[in-house]
Amino acid sequence: MRALLLIAPLLIFVLVTFVSPIVDMLFRSVENGIVTEILPHSTSALKDWNSERDELPGEAVFRGLYVDMVIAVKRRQHTRVGSRLNYEAAGIASVFRKTGRSLRKVDVDAFVRHFTDLHPDWENRAFWEGVFSDPAAAGVLPNSSRTFDAWSQDFAKPEDPVPEDFVYVALAGELRGLDASDLSGFGQPYAGMLAEAARTIGRLDEISLKQEFLQLDSEWSAATLWKTIKIFSPPLTEAYFLNAVDMKKGIEGVERKSEAERIYLVIFGRTFVMSVTITLACIFLGYPVAYFLARLPLRKANLFLILVLLPFWTSLLVRTSAWKVLLQQEGVINDILVAVGIVDDSARLVMINNQFGTIVAMTHILLPFMILPLFSVMKTIPPDFVRAAKSLGADAFTAFRRVYFPQSLPGIGAGSVLVFILAIGYYITPELVGGIKGTFISNRIAYHISTSLNWGLAAALGTLLLMAVLLLYWVYDRIVGIDNVKLG
Amino acid sequence: MFVFLIFPILVILPLSFNAGEYFTFTPEMLRLDPAGFSLKHYKDFFFNTDWRVATFNSFRIAPLATLIAVAFGTLAAIGLSQSHVPYRRAIMAILISPMIVPLIISAAGMYFFYSRIGLQGTYIGVVLAHAALGIPFVIITVTATLVGFDKSLTRASASLGAGPVRTFWKVQMPLILPGVISGALFAFITSFDEVVVVLFVGSASLKTMPWEMFNGLREQISPTILAVATVLVTLSILLLATVELLRRRSERLRGVSAA
Repeated sequence: MRALLLIAPLLIFVLVTFVSPIVDMLFRSVENGIVTEILPHSTSALKDWNSERDELPGEAVFRGLYVDMVIAVKRRQHTRVGSRLNYEAAGIASVFRKTGRSLRKVDVDAFVRHFTDLHPDWENRAFWEGVFSDPAAAGVLPNSSRTFDAWSQDFAKPEDPVPEDFVYVALAGELRGLDASDLSGFGQPYAGMLAEAARTIGRLDEISLKQEFLQLDSEWSAATLWKTIKIFSPPLTEAYFLNAVDMKKGIEGVERKSEAERIYLVIFGRTFVMSVTITLACIFLGYPVAYFLARLPLRKANLFLILVLLPFWTSLLVRTSAWKVLLQQEGVINDILVAVGIVDDSARLVMINNQFGTIVAMTHILLPFMILPLFSVMKTIPPDFVRAAKSLGADAFTAFRRVYFPQSLPGIGAGSVLVFILAIGYYITPELVGGIKGTFISNRIAYHISTSLNWGLAAALGTLLLMAVLLLYWVYDRIVGIDNVKLG
Repeated sequence: MFVFLIFPILVILPLSFNAGEYFTFTPEMLRLDPAGFSLKHYKDFFFNTDWRVATFNSFRIAPLATLIAVAFGTLAAIGLSQSHVPYRRAIMAILISPMIVPLIISAAGMYFFYSRIGLQGTYIGVVLAHAALGIPFVIITVTATLVGFDKSLTRASASLGAGPVRTFWKVQMPLILPGVISGALFAFITSFDEVVVVLFVGSASLKTMPWEMFNGLREQISPTILAVATVLVTLSILLLATVELLRRRSERLRGVSAA
């Protein structure tokens, strides 16, 4: 119990500052609330629309769209939903932007007159407030109710006596198809007035908001646009994940993207291949170093160990800048090669801003993470075994291969998993020395967070990367145990 | 092989005294002509406002982050080292996770989450993020010193009438102090060197030295970066020496033979 009390503060701290951010990211990778949040009326009307037939949605959807757009424009959110849908079908962002700009041109006077001609009370804000504070309102007329509240709370000034046009459109849209019996839950005089308005609502059928929208932007007649809105209405989506593996949620279901758009699998593949290369390079370079260190007397070994630990303790950016100094075309290595005469001055090697640069720099940076676990395993291998093997007639190489090497395998395993885990998540070094061809999936994640602002996709790519790392971590735990992680 | 490890770090030292404006050795430098060398990049580092702000920020963020990580981390490590801790493995996994999760993912998650709760771009936000990243190191180093801890010492102290708090400060703390300090150094260097999380959770007014270096390497390449790098290498040598001394001291104190 006391132990838990000691652990609790830190556990809570880590849960809040670290684990919740990760969970938030996982959530964002499937979250898609934005479409229904900003276009609630259109998406609920679209439920009745059959996207299989190549027909445009009916008038109800366009009425919903009108209301949604008016509110979205007032809240400056229409471009947000536009760019969200643009991830799925290019061009939608401009439709929303254009429509938002010229929405004022849509003529909805007929909707207002339909009510005000029936009774002047419909011009009275207090009367509307009465309608929507009726207990039946939320159940029978949920959309209009929400629209009126949005108007009166967010947009109306206290002195505005008459609701804005879009409130009438919302109510007209919802009254369509209701009759007196549906509205009987309301108190009087509201039930009567609403029933009266509903009885004659058919008159408005001849007004076509569809035509008005088509005039603002002919793209509204594209079935693909509507199908896209319908497909991306649900609050959760697998679209970001599909996108992250070069698939898309097309109109006919999940499909692969066109050849030119497939990029992420290539980058995932490249991240994997380059990390494997780096790990192998670390094994080849690190094994002899660790072997050498392990066979030295302790005092000397500690001295040489400092040469390993110094890079380990040196800032990552320092080491990356060092490689920039060495590898660039006017850099130290090229200068030496030219001076010695191996390379002609006009044919300096391109060793940076490509995969080679990333692999060399990262091998150097991650090498200590290979040497240290290898060294700690090799230290425990008693030299007697190899001596015994030799005394039994094995030559030096056989003794090494059959006796020493198998005992050092756990070190290779631990070092490799560690280096690989660190490598696949690297961001800074590939960003600085990787150019275009030498970048990792992390660089794409950063790009989507800060440049393209497609956070959902960034989160999905991040989640996939995290899964890979956790899997490796589990393997690492199996081989070495988390508790046995040692530092320096 | 050791050359491969050390040469890249050594090569930047002379270049930081370059009188030219590029990352390359000039003919004057190779001839060891004094005219080829200068301290101007160091001057730039010490007197340029951007670098001064960055240095100030680094020294403003790292110590507080370290303090938080060490305070919580040491308590938790002591808790974890007791004999019957339920869900020990799970707790350990959570506490170590900031070290395992790739930085870009931590940075992305923190950017999303801290934006929601209004910590993105704030000093506190960066400090909390860095403290979280430093915690695994404190846990690991302190737990390591507690492994060989002789429990009879605390019992002896208790039997002599000391309360748990007094026992902690007078008996346990002096013995685990080397672990605590080297954990603190790790946490400090983690924050001090960290760039990915700062790039996302920080803001322009919170630029740290690594941020400034990262920008410099990406955009205008000036040897000032190499001067900064040299200063940082010196700093890491000092830290490394401290950790090494502490490790030896700890082994002596706990009676683990140095072999």
